Order: sequence, then C-alpha cells, then structure tokens
Amino acid sequence: MSILVYIEHAEGSIKKTSLEAISYGKALADKTAAGDVVAVALGGISDEELAKAGTAGAAKVLHVADGKLDAGVIQAHAEAVAQVFKQVGANTLVLAKSSLGDAVAARLAVKLDAGLVSNVVDLPDTSGEYKVKRSIYTGKAFAETIVSKDKKILAIKKNAVDLITDGSPAAVEKADITIGEENFAAKITSTDKAEGEILLPEADIVVSGGRGMKGPENWGMIEGLAKELGAATGCSKPVSDIGWRPHHEHVGQTGVKVAPTLYVAVGISGAIQHLAGVNSSKYIVVINKDPEAPFFKAADYGIVGDAFEVLPKLTEAIKAIK
Amino acid sequence: MKILVCITHVPDTTSKIQFTDNNTKFDKSGVQFIIGPYDDYALARAVELKDALGASLTVLNVGEAETEPTLRKALAIGADDAIRVNAFPTDALFVAKQIAAIAKENNYDLILMGRESIDFNGGMVHGMVGELLGMPSISPVMKLDIDGDTVKMAREIEGGKEYLEAKLPLIAGCQEPIAEWKIPNMRGIMSARTKPLNVVDPKDGEVATDVTSFQLPPAKGSVKLVDKDNVEELVKLLKNEAKVL
Repeated sequence: MSILVYIEHAEGSIKKTSLEAISYGKALADKTAAGDVVAVALGGISDEELAKAGTAGAAKVLHVADGKLDAGVIQAHAEAVAQVFKQVGANTLVLAKSSLGDAVAARLAVKLDAGLVSNVVDLPDTSGEYKVKRSIYTGKAFAETIVSKDKKILAIKKNAVDLITDGSPAAVEKADITIGEENFAAKITSTDKAEGEILLPEADIVVSGGRGMKGPENWGMIEGLAKELGAATGCSKPVSDIGWRPHHEHVGQTGVKVAPTLYVAVGISGAIQHLAGVNSSKYIVVINKDPEAPFFKAADYGIVGDAFEVLPKLTEAIKAIK
Repeated sequence: MKILVCITHVPDTTSKIQFTDNNTKFDKSGVQFIIGPYDDYALARAVELKDALGASLTVLNVGEAETEPTLRKALAIGADDAIRVNAFPTDALFVAKQIAAIAKENNYDLILMGRESIDFNGGMVHGMVGELLGMPSISPVMKLDIDGDTVKMAREIEGGKEYLEAKLPLIAGCQEPIAEWKIPNMRGIMSARTKPLNVVDPKDGEVATDVTSFQLPPAKGSVKLVDKDNVEELVKLLKNEAKVL
C-alpha cells in the first residue's frame, strides 16, 4: 500500500494547503506502515521548489511538466493524476480541499473506482473497518464515515493535521505519461486573479468586515489591521452582494469557508449563515458596537465598540508588540 | 436544447443541527426543508436559459416521497417536469450513478446542479456524473452563458476567477452570482400542481461510503469581553493566552 499526494502550486510555490496534505499523507503512512509518501505535481514549477515537498514529509515528487497542465483543466488533471496513481501502484490519494482539488477528486473517484471522502478532519481509524471523520452541515457537525472501496481518496480540510516542516528535501523525478486530447475539451481563456495577496482559504489569520464598515472607502482600516497581522481579508455576504468587495472574499454558508487559527470579525452581526463559514476557526475575535450582536455568543474574545475607534488603536497595539 | 437541473432537499440554513437514535439519524423535528441554496442558483440560471433559448427544463432529485414538495417548488419556479429517484441519498457515488443513468436515457445538453449540498458538503456529484458520462464537469461556476453550442463560464478559484469555454454537452456545479434566486409566483404555484412528477426506481445500488454516526462540535465557552479603551489587553490575551500572535 502506498500513498500519493496531489499537490497544487501558484506563483511558483507549492500551496501551503498542499504542504498540509503531504504532512497528512506522511502521518497516515506512519500510522499504517505504508512506506514512503510520493507527491505528484502538474505543470510548470521548478525542481528546487518541488524538493520542498520533502520538508513536509514527501520522499519523492513526480513531476508532469506538460505546459498544457499549467491551467487547471479539471479533466486533464484528473487523467494525469489517475495515470500516476496507477504507475506508482498507490492505494490512497490525499489532497487538500480547494476549488480545483474538489473538482479533480470527484472525477478521480470514478476513474480509480475509489471511495472519496471530503472535508476530512482527522486521520482515519484503521483498527477495524476504514473509518474517517469528516465535517458536515457546513462545520456544524461531524460524520464518522466508513469507506467500503479498496482504494481511497481523502480530501482534507485545513488544520486536519499539524504541518511537518523538518523533513529532508524530496527527490524530484519526471513522470512519463501522455494525456489524450479529449481531456482538454474545456479551455481556459483567461484568469483574473489578485497577485501577491494572502489567499483567504489558506490564511492562518483572517480579518473580515461587515456592513458596520459603512462603505468600501473604509476598507483601508480592515486592510491595515490585516497587514499588521499577516492576515487575509474577508467580508460578509451583504458586503459582497452590494459590491463593496469581490465575491471571492465572501465568507459564509454560500461563500468561502475558512478555518484559520484566528478570525477577526469587524462590524459583522453574526448571522447563522456567516457563522457557518467560520465555525472551524480556532479563535474568534468580534468587534461590534452592538452588545447584542449574536456573533459575541460564538466568539472567544470581544470588544463592544465602534470599529472606527477600535480598529486604528488595535492596529497600533499589534504594531507595538512586534 | 434540453436542460436537467439536479436539486437537493436540505435543512434550511438557519436550522439547528441535532441528531437522534443514539447519534445515527438527523433530527428532522422543527426543521424546514428547502431546495439546496446552490441548487437554487443553478435552477434560477436554468429558468433564464429556458426562457432565452426555448429549452426544456427537467428537475431531478434522488430522495424519498418527503422531497416532493421541494420538487413541486422547483416546478413552480419554472421547471417543466420533475423526476424523483425513489431512494434515500446517503452516498455521492450512488446519487451520481442515478443521475448518470437518467441522463443517458434522455440526452440532456446541459446538466446543472449546486457546487455542493449544504448537508454533506461533498461537492463531488457533478464531477462523478461528468466522469461517468465522459463529459466536461466544471465547478464552481459563477457565470454561464450559451452561444450556439459553446458554453462560456467563469469559475471561482482562490483569489479570483478563471474564464472557460467548452462545447455542449457539459455539467456544471453552480454558485452565486450565476443568477438571482427566483421566488415562485401564484401562477407558477398553480401550474406546478399539474406538471408531471415521475417517480422511478434506483438503477444501481452500489455505494462507496457509509455514515455510521454523527457528532456535534464541543460547545463554545463564553466570550471574554475587553474594554474598548484597553485594546492592549486584547493583544495580550491573543499573545499569551490564545498564543496566536
């Protein structure tokens, strides 16, 4: 039995969530005596960067360097990973939940005749039947799930395991596969992406603003605090609905679900749909001038006060301890 | 042009999630069931496409008889007919196989559904159906237009979006802001009563997973409030107590 980890990269670096997936694979391999963890990367990225998969626990990285895989064509990625999975004789595929990862994993489940579990929050219990704990009802509950297929695919949620950072560099090898033209039926014509920003689903700290910020012109205060904290910025649904902020910043039931170690909510009342997107956060800080705001019930720390007064002071206080 | 929209029948987003029977069953008492919010976006866009292109629109649910009011609501919103596969949906592969079997019989040009259901959040059924039918599956789609036999889409990615094109037939998992949710009007509700709702038996019973028990997360302790004129105290707590700074 061997474990393959599908890793994604952006702007020349392996994504942090993919490094976590490698560490999950390593912990699973150690637990089940499954031997070395192999990672697979698709598209253009340097060997030097891929070797860093080793620090998170991979022994080897197989690189399919085909430039056509730079754009994340779902079908082509699924086909490439399926071929590598078979070549290495893997039994379990691990990947991080993401926009691309989710879409690729679903096709792979059928291609490989594997049992797919998504939103995995812990290592499987392999003492009897293969049992995995996953998050359901948008973070409001968990389900113990038995996988009855021999092959498994586990799409893991952020913070499912601790990131390993002290491994040795991985050996990087080219994988020799051919992907049929039929897998490129969907063509990506362009992308429109913020460069250099900390991405919301991967951030350890998130600062979000709600309607209490009164207008998009006041977002500098949210960004100022986020910058001091090294955080990504998010917003509530009404804020993205009225166009103050782009949709990919909307945190909540029908937006991005985040699981940072620290979530700071400013001027957000805490509707149940917003809480559904943040309830996997380790610590929640709420700043709201309304002491009755329901968000305080879900918070670890709170300040009742006007965001326009509190934010600049808080930003300064954080700067002061650095 | 034939469009199929697959919908889930799920607890309303404000529902309190609880379990019964020694944490093996979802507690339905006092819970209102709705069309999955993401499926509702897919349905809304499908109704717009139907009106613009003169397409037919079928809505499908894999579920037991209790889901029929949800299917009737989809008919009231604008679907022409409904299919219910009479089975309790516990596993994504099982549901995907039911959808694929019906799609093979009916040759739909476009299959839409939500990016994920809001109960199990798997987000995998569209991809499985795509692979089973050998069609492209694109998700999460936030914009979808049809120009002849070409579908132009925007897909949300981390930190932005990518624009794609593909030929029909295809499958898309949808999310906002693909269309505004539609509220059924009186005429829609009246006509929905007489639109066809066909019940069929499941085709293939294979499953890949099985849920054995549920758990609720541990209850949150009470909030520690810090005075607004003493924000340094909050920074101290975050640094020394929570150890997150």
